[in-house]
Amino acid sequence: MKLKSKACAAPYLVWMVAFIVAPLLMVIYFAFTDKNGKFTLDNLSGLSQYAPVFVRSILLAAIATVICLVLAYPLSFMLSRLRANKQRIMLMLVMLPMWMNFLLRTYAWMTLLERNGLINKFFGLFGLGPFNMINTQGAVVLGMVYNYLPYMILPLYTIMVKIDDSLIEAAEDLGAGLFHKVTKVLLPLSLPGITTGITMVFVPSISTFIISRMLGGGSNLLIGDLIELQFLGNSYNYNLGSAMSLVLMVLVLLCMSLTNMMDSESKEGGVL
Amino acid sequence: MDNNTIVALKDIVVDFDGEAVLTGLSLDIHDKEFVTLLGPSGCGKTTTLRVIGGFLEPKSGSVFFNGKDITRLPPYKRQVNTVFQKYALFPHLNVYENVAFGLRLRKVEEKELKARVLEMLELVGLRGFERRDPTTLSGGQQQRVAIARALVNHPKVLLLDEPLGALDLKLRKEMQTELKRIQQSLDITFIYVTHDQEEALTMSDTVVVMNGGYIQQIGSPVDIYNEPQNAFVADFIGESNILSGVMERDFSVEFAGRQFTCVDKGFAPRALVDVVVRPEDIQVVPAIQGQLSGVVKSVIFKGVHYEILVEQAGTEWKIHSTQAQQPGEIIGMNIGPDEIHIMHKMEDQAR
Repeated sequence: MKLKSKACAAPYLVWMVAFIVAPLLMVIYFAFTDKNGKFTLDNLSGLSQYAPVFVRSILLAAIATVICLVLAYPLSFMLSRLRANKQRIMLMLVMLPMWMNFLLRTYAWMTLLERNGLINKFFGLFGLGPFNMINTQGAVVLGMVYNYLPYMILPLYTIMVKIDDSLIEAAEDLGAGLFHKVTKVLLPLSLPGITTGITMVFVPSISTFIISRMLGGGSNLLIGDLIELQFLGNSYNYNLGSAMSLVLMVLVLLCMSLTNMMDSESKEGGVL
Repeated sequence: MDNNTIVALKDIVVDFDGEAVLTGLSLDIHDKEFVTLLGPSGCGKTTTLRVIGGFLEPKSGSVFFNGKDITRLPPYKRQVNTVFQKYALFPHLNVYENVAFGLRLRKVEEKELKARVLEMLELVGLRGFERRDPTTLSGGQQQRVAIARALVNHPKVLLLDEPLGALDLKLRKEMQTELKRIQQSLDITFIYVTHDQEEALTMSDTVVVMNGGYIQQIGSPVDIYNEPQNAFVADFIGESNILSGVMERDFSVEFAGRQFTCVDKGFAPRALVDVVVRPEDIQVVPAIQGQLSGVVKSVIFKGVHYEILVEQAGTEWKIHSTQAQQPGEIIGMNIGPDEIHIMHKMEDQAR
């Protein structure tokens, strides 16, 4: 009997309509209506006062993504060249922090970074500090990098194990030093992994609210925090919250299509 | 090392995790020759090639190129190029850009680059394939791209690591002739690694037979085939009957329970030797006329000849003959003095 592949998607289709499409339509509806259900653009136009928060969110998420990429890229290459049994152990070590509760991990950083936290106590032994580390943008970026780094490593590693050693040797054979081996062979071949990694780090980073609230204090609010306030906080205004979510979604889509454009452009770059 | 030597290896030692692969290998390769490293898998032939290419730094020993020590030189600074076993074409570049890769790195001017790439594609018969994606090509075509990509850089020496291994028999034969033609028309040195003895004999000027990390014999294909230096070479190159024998005195050897006249001399009296007789060198005669006689065990048709297995006093002989025999029949076998190859018993090099 032939398996109809389209039919296999049916269960998910139901799920998608019920829990993704319908809520999305509701978000759009609320974003363009006021409390009485009348059409309005006020929600969207009112967002301009939050522009600094949007800019900060994009900036911090972008910085965190770049740091993750810089840390993960060489590491993933190293991992992919290890022997199979060592690869498994190292991958487990990379994943290890992910097995611990997200909140717990972030709380741990709070106690580490606090004014009389462990790190400042350590510096105090040498008569240094105390340094002001918690409630800064740096702490927020640190929290993002710490929590989302594995999501950058995994896609990069997955694509790099598929790059055969002989391709790198061939490049070297044809006259490529380290720089050209990376730029002419490794980077173009690992590009799909890079775009996936960027997506998987940037998207949760730009919409996080726990990290910024716990490590950023009140002064470094991100869009995620603003949206949360509209639904759970004092300012309770789900029309505004929906408008913010919508704009955030558009921003993420824009950023993603930018990275994807980079991906497909480089593929055409090799043409005569 | 004479002045015609382009690549020289001296006392090369390589081991992987303490397991010796090459233990003091020395080899001179002459300029403009087609040299084949031949041996079974694990004999160290690919390792030797990787040492020449620079992908593997030997634990000790030196590599010389045109008399200059290049042991520590990285691959990208060596005047050699490699055709890899699995082609290793860049999947993100089309055929043209694959071939142009080396020239672009050396910043060759665009007009010259184009001329050289197209000339190479012409040489390997792939004009018109410039814009194709290498993954859409057949194995044979991919191999040609790999060869063009290496040769376009005008290397002094081309290294080829079992390049025809993945091709079917007919294509392999075509490519053998093709490679030989290319080597002769460009007049450069080819160092070719294979485990296929027929391939080695067909293409090479010089064959280096290797086993267990040692060179067993170096010589022209004719020498290697007709005058194997030891039983390993005899067995590996073509088919052989190998028997233990005793050298009675000069020109006289005893094996298979009988004394034979031979053309070898200079062995110690009653020295133990290996006796090699090629299957095609045994003459089949009626039982009473033979120096030896035995029972036909099996007859297999091989196309040009029949392969006949004969049992004679506990020894199994392989005979190639154009005449079929009946299994169970008793036949006689004659071996002329010229057809008996005598060699010293293999010592520690034997595997």
